[in-house]
Parts: sequence; C-alpha cells; structure tokens
Amino acid sequence: MQLERTRIEIVDCAKTYADGTRGLKPTTLTVEPGEVIALLGPSGCGKTTLLRLLAGLEAADPGGRIRFGDQDVTARPVEKRGVGMVFQSYALFPQMTVAANIGYGLLVRGVDEAERRRAVGELVDLVRLNGLEAKRPAELSGGQRQRVALARAVAVRPRVLLLDEPLAALDAKLKESLRDELAELLRRLGITAVHVTHDQHEAFAIADRLAVMHAGSIVQVGDAETLYRAPAHAFVAEFLGRVNRLDRDADALARGVVKLGGVEWPCAPRSAEARVLVRPEDLQLGARQPGWAAATVRHRTFLGERIQLRIEAAGQPPLLADVARDSPFQVGDEVGLLIAPDRLMASMETPE
Amino acid sequence: MRPTATAPAPLLFAVTFAVAVFMIAPILISVMAGLVLNYSTGLKSGLTLRWLAQVWETYGDTVGASLLIGAGSVAATLVLGVPCAYMLARSRSRAARAFEEVLTLPVAVPGLATALALILVYGQMASFRQSFGFILVGHVVFTLPFMVRTVSAAFQRDELVALEEAARTLGASFRQRFLGVLVPAVFPAIVAGCLMVFTLSIGEFNLTWMLHTPLTRTLPVGLADSYASMRIEVGSAYTLVFLAVILPVLWALQALAAALQKRYGT
Repeated sequence: MQLERTRIEIVDCAKTYADGTRGLKPTTLTVEPGEVIALLGPSGCGKTTLLRLLAGLEAADPGGRIRFGDQDVTARPVEKRGVGMVFQSYALFPQMTVAANIGYGLLVRGVDEAERRRAVGELVDLVRLNGLEAKRPAELSGGQRQRVALARAVAVRPRVLLLDEPLAALDAKLKESLRDELAELLRRLGITAVHVTHDQHEAFAIADRLAVMHAGSIVQVGDAETLYRAPAHAFVAEFLGRVNRLDRDADALARGVVKLGGVEWPCAPRSAEARVLVRPEDLQLGARQPGWAAATVRHRTFLGERIQLRIEAAGQPPLLADVARDSPFQVGDEVGLLIAPDRLMASMETPE
Repeated sequence: MRPTATAPAPLLFAVTFAVAVFMIAPILISVMAGLVLNYSTGLKSGLTLRWLAQVWETYGDTVGASLLIGAGSVAATLVLGVPCAYMLARSRSRAARAFEEVLTLPVAVPGLATALALILVYGQMASFRQSFGFILVGHVVFTLPFMVRTVSAAFQRDELVALEEAARTLGASFRQRFLGVLVPAVFPAIVAGCLMVFTLSIGEFNLTWMLHTPLTRTLPVGLADSYASMRIEVGSAYTLVFLAVILPVLWALQALAAALQKRYGT
C-alpha cells in the first residue's frame, strides 16, 4: 500500500483559546512530502494544539493558513480535510470488531462491501492483525490496539497522517519494540506524518526531523543528530538528553576559555556566554595527568549498560559523567578529566 | 496483594442481617396479609387466593396501563433525552447549564405541584385530559431528568469526546457518528437510564394521582384506591400483584444491563 505524498505548509498559525490562553504562538513550519516530523516538547508546549489545528479539530486564529499540497485547507472542516489520526487513547469504537473499526472510514464514505472487505484485509495484513478481525478492542493488547488505530487511520488513504502520542499508553518495553515497527511502517506507507510526543527517544526512532517546542512556539527544527550535537538553546539541549552546565567568570569570558579543575580549555569562538554545556558522555575520565582537570568521584550509579558518576572539580558545580560499564572508578577516586573543546555547546538561555 | 479471604466479622454480619430484616419484613408481612383469609386472625384463618382474584377483577386493567405508560415513558425519554443529553454534554454555554438545572426541577418540586401546572396548561383539552396520554406527559416530565443526567454523564467522558473526534477525522457526518458511534458507545448508560425511567414511572404516585381520572388509573393509583375503600387483605393482595408484575421486568432489565456492561467494559 502506497499513499499520496503531500507537502504540509503551516503559515503563521496561532491558537488563542476562548478563555484567552495562548495555546500556540504564530508558527510557521513546512513538512516535506513523505517526511515524518516529530513535534517534541513537554506537556503544555503547544504540540498537541498544533496537531489539532492540522487535523481541523481546532480552528487557527485569523491570519493563519494551512496548506496540504496546493490546497488551502484552513477553512475545511475535519470531516473533509483528508487526514488520518491516531489518538493517544486510540479511541477505538468499543462496540465494533477490529475489522469494523478499520473499515469504518470506508463505510461512512459509502464504499461497497466487497471493496471494503478487500481494503480491510490488506490493512490487516499490513499491520499483522490476522486472526483478530472479529475481536473487540477490549479483547486486544495495547500494542494490538495501537495497530488497529493506525490501520483505521490509513484505511481512508489520508493525505496526511497525524499521530498524537501514539505509544504513550504502552509500557516501556513494548514501547521500544513498537516504535521501530511504527517507524518502519510509516516508511513503507510513504505518507507525510506529524508525530507528537514528549519522549525524545521515540522521536529519534520515528521521525526524519524534529521540531522541538517550548511554551507555545517551535524553538528549533532539524534532524536528531544536529539537534543533539548543536542545540540552539539550552532548552533543546536539556530536553534531548542530560547536560552539564559549566560556568565562566569574567576572566574566562575575556580570555575565551573554560576553567575547570585547575586547567583551562579554549572555548569555541561562537560562545561568548557565561555558561556552556557539555553532555555527560563527552566527559572523558582517566588517571591524573598533565593537561587534564583534577576531579574527584563523589557518587557512582550502575545503570547496566553504563555507569553514571557524579564528579567534582574545582571551580565548577558537580558534573555528571557517563562512562563505560567496565570503568574502574570508585567513589573517592582522584581522577583526571578531559573534555574535547569541540564538545562544548553554546547555551543560549531558555527562550521566553 | 489483597487477601483473598475476608476475616469473619460477626458484628458486621449482625448489622447487615438487621438491616435486611428491617427492609424486607414489611414486604413479607404485606404479602402474607394478601394471602390470608382474615388478617386480624392471621395465618390461623387459612390461606386463600380470593383477594388476588378480586384485585385482578377490579384493577386488572391498571397493570397493562402502568406497563404501557412505563414503556411509553422509556420511549419518549429516549427520543427526547438522548439528543438533549448530547447537546448538554457538548455545550459549554451558561444557558445549557441553566437548562440542566431547570430540567431537574420536577425531581425536587412535589409531584402535586407539577401535576397542577400540567392541569393548568392542558386542562382545557378535554379529550387529552381524559386520556392516558396526559399521564404519560406527566411521567415524561418527571423521568426525563434521570435519563438526561445519566446519559449526559456518559457523553461527557473524555473517551467519548475522543471517539467522536476519531469518527470525524474518518469523515463521518454528524448523523453517522451520532447513531453509529456515540449512541452505541453510551449504550450501557442508556440502558441504565431506561431502567431508572421505567422503575420510576411504574411506581410514580404523587403526580399520577393528581392527573388520573376514574378511567385512567395506573397501578399505584389503584393501590391507593383499594387501600382507601376495601379490606386490608385486598390492598395487600394488590401489593402482591404489583411485585409479581414489577420484579420480573426489573430483573430482566438489570440482567440486560449487566450483560451489556460486561460486553462493552474494557
């Protein structure tokens, strides 16, 4: 099954609710045909609002435009917008069987029964629900429900697929296996998809590009690696993974360095800020040696695949370091610490 | 983990038993009174079906009338109440909230007052005033809030809002999603509402007593009449008839509701 690839253009869309709260500040975003984009952010950041504007379940404030391909759909009601949507709760029709759920969109469009049965059969194969066609949603597992919801959404051959926290209702283990499956399925369908989530790993696994949102606006758009390695804001850096903050005093700023545990490292020229960021996995630990900062291990947590250490070095707040599972460091050890200067990240303060 | 067996609690059992006796004893005494030849002499006077026969002969038609009015009330509150419940559940306007308050008034206002109001409005329409339709209207006014409240609460649940949105994204028109998705999804609540409306209608006395004519009597009105004008044994036998008619219907409806809950429950 191959679906139409449609470009989505969101231009200056904002949403103000009846009680005056601003759910979304004027936002512009283009999603390329066939691309899967994740709207990523904490709850209340406006990601769900933006998704509902795309679906037509909410109307954007006057002035905003939404285009699917060449067509302006801003004024189109949800029923005629040609979107497929997977809801967080899945919203499966409880009294209908799996097959009736999947075929519902075709039924209300007046598609005849033979054609409906053929399409439902194809979708059941696609999402591997064979043998469950006559079950009711209450009899299915969480993962199966999620697949029914997806099959139902794509059955009507939508131009755009919208996924609202599609894996949030599942437990952690299942989530991990299903997100790869979902990613693969979306590629196979080739549909333009917008995926809302607050889980950065889910977004990394499923989306081609991420739009990180904060307080009603998009802070940064880009692919996962770019955002992770070169976040434009401290908020993006912190949301995508853990970060350490390194403070710089006036002298360090004046000389373009970072001071840590008795040594100084040059700081990238772009950063003229009082604070730079570094990820725990970019802290390199070893024996005390010249050129390395002097640090002491204060706390050690075994995490299975790696070990997390809290270390202290003169002149900086405590730092987190992720080291390999077999690293020998114990609490109280005096260690040397090295940070490659190119791993220091700018920290533009959290956007307003 | 919860313990699977509960520890014996003699005090709790005694209290439960006492409450049960307190509730059931009057019913049992009444049933007994309807089957003895003479209540003042008690069981010694012997058992008889004479009173039951007399009740059936004099008041038999009230049984059918009550069942029909009960069914009519259910039908009318379904047609009026379910769409109304949906509107109230989806509307956030102040007018809707006010309407909800007004709707529950007939529950709080004494039935007599409601009946008087109905007589003031429809009293001049003689043929309507003299028909069972008049009583049906009274019952619908009285029972509608119960249907609306029950079903409206079901429509308000977040899952229902999501179900409707899902149906909309799939292209369903209002009619299609209301009848095809929403009503089936709240069906257990609708059945619960029907059960309540039917029960209330069958037992309703206050309002019906004001509205009835000698030719339009329901079971409870007949019961009052028999208590007032006949032997206590006849009145008690009437209670027996009432129970015999009502209990099977209620049990059947309750079994249906339970089966639906089981089928749709997640």
